[in-house]
Amino acid sequence: MARKKRVAIRDHSAEANLFARRAFITFISVVVLCLVLFSNIYDLEVNSYDKYQTRSNSNRIKLLPVAPNRGLIYDRNGVLLADNTPVYSLEVIPEQVDDINKQLAEVSALLEISQEKQDKLLKALKSKRRFKPIELYSRLSEQQVSLFSVNQHKFPGFFIDARLKRYYPFADLTTHSLGYVARINRKDSQQLEKQGLAENYAATRNIGKLGLEKYYQDILHGTIGHQEVEINNQGRIIRTLDFTPPIPGKDLTLTLDIELQMVAKRALSGKRGAVVAIDPRDGGVLAMYSNPSFDGNLFVHGISSKKYKKLLAPSSNKPLLNRAVQGYPPASTIKPLLAITGLEAGLITAETEIYDPGFYQLPGIETKRRDWKRWGHGKVNLTKSLEQSCNVYYYDLAYKLGITRISQMMEKFGFGDYTGIDIHEESRAIMPSIEWKRARYNQSWYTGETLSVGIGQSYWTVTPLQLAQAVSILVNRGKIKVPHFLKASSEARSSEDASGAAKTVVTEYEVDEKPPITLQNPENWQLVLDALHNTVQKVGATGYNAFKGSTYDAAGKTGSAQTANIGQDEKYDATKVQENQRDNAMFIAFAPFENPEIVIAVAIENVAKGGGASNAAPVARQIMDQYFGDRKIISSDKNKHPLHSNIYQQNITTTAGTR
Amino acid sequence: MRNTGHDQQRQRTLWQRLHIDLPLLIGILTLLTLGLFVVYSAGGQDTAVLIRHAKRVGVALLVMLLVAQFPPLSYRKWAVPVFILGLLLLIAVLLFGHVGKGAQRWLDLGITKFQPSEIMKLVVPIMIAWYVSQYDLPTKISRIIIAFILVLMPTLLIAKQPDLGTSLLIASSGIFVIFLAGASWKLIGTCVGIASAFAPVLWMFLMKPYQKQRVLTFLNPEQDPLGAGYHIIQSKIAIGSGGIHGKGWLQGTQSQLEFLPERHTDFIFAVFSEEFGLIGVSMLLTVYLAIVMRGLWIAVHAQHAFTKLLAGSLTLTFFVYVFVNIGMVSGLLPVVGVPLPLVSYGGTSMVTLMAGFGMLMAISTHRRFHV
Repeated sequence: MARKKRVAIRDHSAEANLFARRAFITFISVVVLCLVLFSNIYDLEVNSYDKYQTRSNSNRIKLLPVAPNRGLIYDRNGVLLADNTPVYSLEVIPEQVDDINKQLAEVSALLEISQEKQDKLLKALKSKRRFKPIELYSRLSEQQVSLFSVNQHKFPGFFIDARLKRYYPFADLTTHSLGYVARINRKDSQQLEKQGLAENYAATRNIGKLGLEKYYQDILHGTIGHQEVEINNQGRIIRTLDFTPPIPGKDLTLTLDIELQMVAKRALSGKRGAVVAIDPRDGGVLAMYSNPSFDGNLFVHGISSKKYKKLLAPSSNKPLLNRAVQGYPPASTIKPLLAITGLEAGLITAETEIYDPGFYQLPGIETKRRDWKRWGHGKVNLTKSLEQSCNVYYYDLAYKLGITRISQMMEKFGFGDYTGIDIHEESRAIMPSIEWKRARYNQSWYTGETLSVGIGQSYWTVTPLQLAQAVSILVNRGKIKVPHFLKASSEARSSEDASGAAKTVVTEYEVDEKPPITLQNPENWQLVLDALHNTVQKVGATGYNAFKGSTYDAAGKTGSAQTANIGQDEKYDATKVQENQRDNAMFIAFAPFENPEIVIAVAIENVAKGGGASNAAPVARQIMDQYFGDRKIISSDKNKHPLHSNIYQQNITTTAGTR
Repeated sequence: MRNTGHDQQRQRTLWQRLHIDLPLLIGILTLLTLGLFVVYSAGGQDTAVLIRHAKRVGVALLVMLLVAQFPPLSYRKWAVPVFILGLLLLIAVLLFGHVGKGAQRWLDLGITKFQPSEIMKLVVPIMIAWYVSQYDLPTKISRIIIAFILVLMPTLLIAKQPDLGTSLLIASSGIFVIFLAGASWKLIGTCVGIASAFAPVLWMFLMKPYQKQRVLTFLNPEQDPLGAGYHIIQSKIAIGSGGIHGKGWLQGTQSQLEFLPERHTDFIFAVFSEEFGLIGVSMLLTVYLAIVMRGLWIAVHAQHAFTKLLAGSLTLTFFVYVFVNIGMVSGLLPVVGVPLPLVSYGGTSMVTLMAGFGMLMAISTHRRFHV
């Protein structure tokens, strides 16, 4: 080849020099480029170290909120009314699932979940964030939990979450007072945001929606805890770095007596109405039951629309309504209070007598108002007016008092205003006055309406709670103790000393008092109370049958309220009017007559026959029998807290029912 | 031939008999050992991964020793046929190649899968060095143009697979030969000018959408931090959070908790930086620089134009690996698939690299006997 010749004449040293120069240039370039790399790394690792260190940590360290356990609720005898029970739910992180449709179908087949529910879920899944766990099925049965656990390896991204959920063992028995908790909705979140509580609720799913659960939400909830964890890029927790335990909510003990609730339920069964029992000594509510009621547990897990519709159906008789705090015409039950008003105004004395011919006529007006007794009561004084519930006496008294003096005094007894009880569902009901009618109907007040107010009718409505409170004020001779459910709250605190052992700190509820009603002549309290005593103790009085044969000394007053306008000369016959226009039966009572311990107000809607004495009074009687009886139902084993209302149902029929 | 008798009488060391360049070997072994540690950490402390890597390292070392035994000037007679064969194989890859990871790079030979582009990493510098070294240096323009065409053919075929990283390495290996052969500065200036004029054309017509995306991501990774920008952002976080001392071996949170993608392959430098910090990086760069220095020393001291050019090209291409990999992992360059040489997990490219070092050793140890 020619190459050999060429090689021979090549200037090797010149070529070597050229190459060495080029090699040197490249070497310098390499060094420069290395310095470029180095300075860039230096910038990252030294100048920007803090920035990247922070970003590295925020990649791997997550602060997980840990929800506190909700405080439990007990009745006055330590019976558990609101419990936290473990509930298992199936959750999924869509990001970690390859084919969500297929996997969902398989998991549903395994756990026997309906196709309908699956379709709904698939739709819902599309709108959710893919990295967060989504609850697929709540309330798995233990069998489903174990079935899934065995097959878990087949379903990456699916897992079972155990969580404590509220459970009300007495179901509908306590719903109207306890209320219930349910899922925090958008409105709740906004509210929490506004109150600056959003952070404390970061891990909380449920919130009190009704009753005491809502009123004492803050106390029951507790304080959030935090778990600082290290996660990998899949979001899986590798280890816990730090843990600040949550502080559980405080346990509440109520003044409520679950035995009295059970008796109230039995006494009201088949009726629409409510009963409220208060201890007048401190205003504590012993019983509050509204019939029909509903099971608050339904709402804890999210009620189905079918079940909700059923609750709203007319045939269900509005179970959601708490009748204990809804207004009813008080009828004759407020006569004792009108008597106090008349005495205080100096218009009547114990001796004042009127003649009742069976009707009342306003001076110069033709219209006659009938007494309930067609032929009249004859000569009537204050005591007899209450014993016999004489309408004419109170028409006359109301006429003399006038609406203004009546409503002013009745407002002092708490009518037309909130009692201030510790649930939010309370109604103010209506205490009519000239101003009220002007504001409400833009009409002037008629004297005829004053007469109706005199027998607890017209626009006047009172809630059973207000009525019970008014009677409490009466038996307390003017002292006003705000009714309440809460007796005490308790929390576990680590003690101050070195042992650090937890001890329970109990905080007794402080009873709220309002300025008392003072009478010019305090003797008048006793006068009216004696009359109420007579009303149930004297043979032939309107309430005599109510407490006949009781072992305790009771007093009370009956009432029957018209719910429809009956012509003055028509005779009312319950069998001839529509059910919802029949009379309401009312009753108030307290016992023992000396130093009362329990005050009861009963309201029953649209009774078929008779009035307060025959329909409402027996309800009060049964409750008082229980209260003053030997309390066999559960007191014998206070420490045993049966978990289901059925057990109590059996108790009540076998033990209480035979009495 | 003239010095043969005289040199054979000189004392030959054991290393020379084995055709091993000791300084180069020390550098290489340092990196390979380091690689074992980092791969173990980056592979999630999986001994199976480590063992596979170690086996490949062993194979690569054997290949290097084997290649070192052949006298380097003998490559010349294989240059043309192997180059042509290589081109044919690249065409075959495009026509019948096995598709993996979205690119056609492998030829399925039944027994094993085979990547012709890897062979071309060695064949191209040999071919160009052979072509250029036949004539006087500095090379004439007309021959430079022919050399360019020779480089361009495999480069374009590989870019079409598409494998931007490898085509870049092959193009630079050829261009280094031309540069070292003394291409005039005027010509170099002109070429750079043409190349920059060509860049828009490349962008508009030749680059695939994913390649364009990589460039855009490189320019602003934070634009899509969970998508296209994720790799580079996590990589920079890993490097930056290493600080001066590093988090310690097996203690890198970015790598151990898997926030860093491609940990044991292309992004292994980020794992290394996170765990060993700036101190580790300085040492690593020093070792690379030492290897480059030794390579260039071998090139300068080679006695034939062909071996000088080949040694220079192999050494500089090795540095291109280092620069492109570290540059891309630390956010200086767009992401192209180039491993960190001798450290990254990965078989074929390590074998090719070690074969290249075998050639360097051959050039270093055979030089006195076969001119």
